[in-house]
Amino acid sequence: MIKVLKAGFYSSIQDMGRFGFREKGVPVSGVMDSNSAQWANMLLNNHREDALLEMTMTGAELYFEDDTEIAIAGADMSPELNGQSIAALRGVFVQKGDTLKFKSAKDGFRTYVAVKGGFQTPFLLGSRSYYKPITVSNRLNAGDLLPTVPLINEEKTFAHLRARQEFNAINLEVYKGPEWNLIGEEALLESLKKTFSVASNNNRMAYQLEEKSISHQFSILTSGTVPGTVQLTPAGTLIVLMKDAQTTGGYPRILQLTDDAISHLSQKQTGNKIKFVLRS
Amino acid sequence: MKSGKYELTYKLIGNKNVLLEWPNRVDTEILDDVIGFRNLIKKFWPNLELISAYNSILLIFHETIGKKDIVGELKGLYASETLSLEEKRRLWKIPVLYGGELGIDMKNFSEEKGMTADEVINLHTSATYTVFCIGFLPGFLYLGGLDPKLHHPRRTEPRLKIPKGSVGIGGEQTGVYPQESPGGWNIIGNSPVKIFDPSLNNPCPVNVGDKVKFHAITIAEYKLIKIQVEAGVFKLKSEKI
Repeated sequence: MIKVLKAGFYSSIQDMGRFGFREKGVPVSGVMDSNSAQWANMLLNNHREDALLEMTMTGAELYFEDDTEIAIAGADMSPELNGQSIAALRGVFVQKGDTLKFKSAKDGFRTYVAVKGGFQTPFLLGSRSYYKPITVSNRLNAGDLLPTVPLINEEKTFAHLRARQEFNAINLEVYKGPEWNLIGEEALLESLKKTFSVASNNNRMAYQLEEKSISHQFSILTSGTVPGTVQLTPAGTLIVLMKDAQTTGGYPRILQLTDDAISHLSQKQTGNKIKFVLRS
Repeated sequence: MKSGKYELTYKLIGNKNVLLEWPNRVDTEILDDVIGFRNLIKKFWPNLELISAYNSILLIFHETIGKKDIVGELKGLYASETLSLEEKRRLWKIPVLYGGELGIDMKNFSEEKGMTADEVINLHTSATYTVFCIGFLPGFLYLGGLDPKLHHPRRTEPRLKIPKGSVGIGGEQTGVYPQESPGGWNIIGNSPVKIFDPSLNNPCPVNVGDKVKFHAITIAEYKLIKIQVEAGVFKLKSEKI
């Protein structure tokens, strides 16, 4: 069991997502930066679907009531175990009574903590990903208790990555969306060449961009969307749908981010720059 | 049953999704065709995730797909097989407590429409609605078939919090908010039922293509249903159609 002493700015338990209920309006949810999350799980020899702790901007403070092993990936939040700095991107053995603290992200925006065997919070509609009203809460609160599995044989994985994660790349690879031709190639293409900045309106549902593309008069009959779909509102605002986004929408879908691009974007915060790179 | 009769377009979205589109209009005949093909696709690819709505189906694959292969298969399926409407379509009967404390906009709405509340209720309960889509929120049903006399613009200022179960009208649409949510619709009543219950294996029994009818209930009936819902013994009434 892990006790949440401090929740941090916005933390939740997420796995790779909730599948099979999108036709009933249930978003896929799941980790925003799947690349970092998968690293953290791999370092512990966890299953790909094991649930992790996702922290945003400033990290949580956790108290371990049992021995276990953890791995941290994503933004550098200066992790400290019992007051001592520890490294990310490696398995770290923690003991009953240990405290893990995080500060603010120095580079990047989201950080993942994997625990050996995965967090064992309730498995609802095929996933442990936090999403209200499926889970009781959208986020972690101080005092929450997060179940874990007991360590067997104090197995330690000595895996670590000789790498450092960097999050300053600004390119996002995208495909043209289904309504690209509806809006009109030339003007649209021109409007998307500039460098955009992330607007303050960004969260697990969507990232809005500050600068506008082109305004238009089109709407579509409500149709399905997936994370990474970029909508263009009539006023010209670009909205990149993320993991908790609605499953349907009526705004034209002009771009689609690759899975990698979704991971990259989730490490950006208000004011950060991005540029679209069109894939054929 | 005849084969699919429309000209469909097939578009790749990214490298893992395919969008199938029918002609661009709200039409129950088109929706029937959409649902027929949707059911056929599910027969062949039971684990495939898809989102059906109005005039489109979005297919969501979990690995990269090549456009030619998948589109070819889908085209063949649409052309060669008879579309399946054998799946049970149901008519759902949703009880509503109209007006009163929870029907916060009923007075203004009926006045603006130049009707009495009873006339509004009559028009709202007479129609048989079609579920064209489920989205926006888990269990939020996009209903078509609202009487044109009840069409009304959304509120200029949306509310931050609309109570769970609110029954509203916005533009040409009507529906029920399955959970507390922000929204701009005119709220004329409240339904005590749970259209979306996350504790069930099938959290929302309503499917795209089903029909819905509303009926008026009293405060006493409302309170009783609420208790039954909380106790987990309430079952939303429906019939096969």
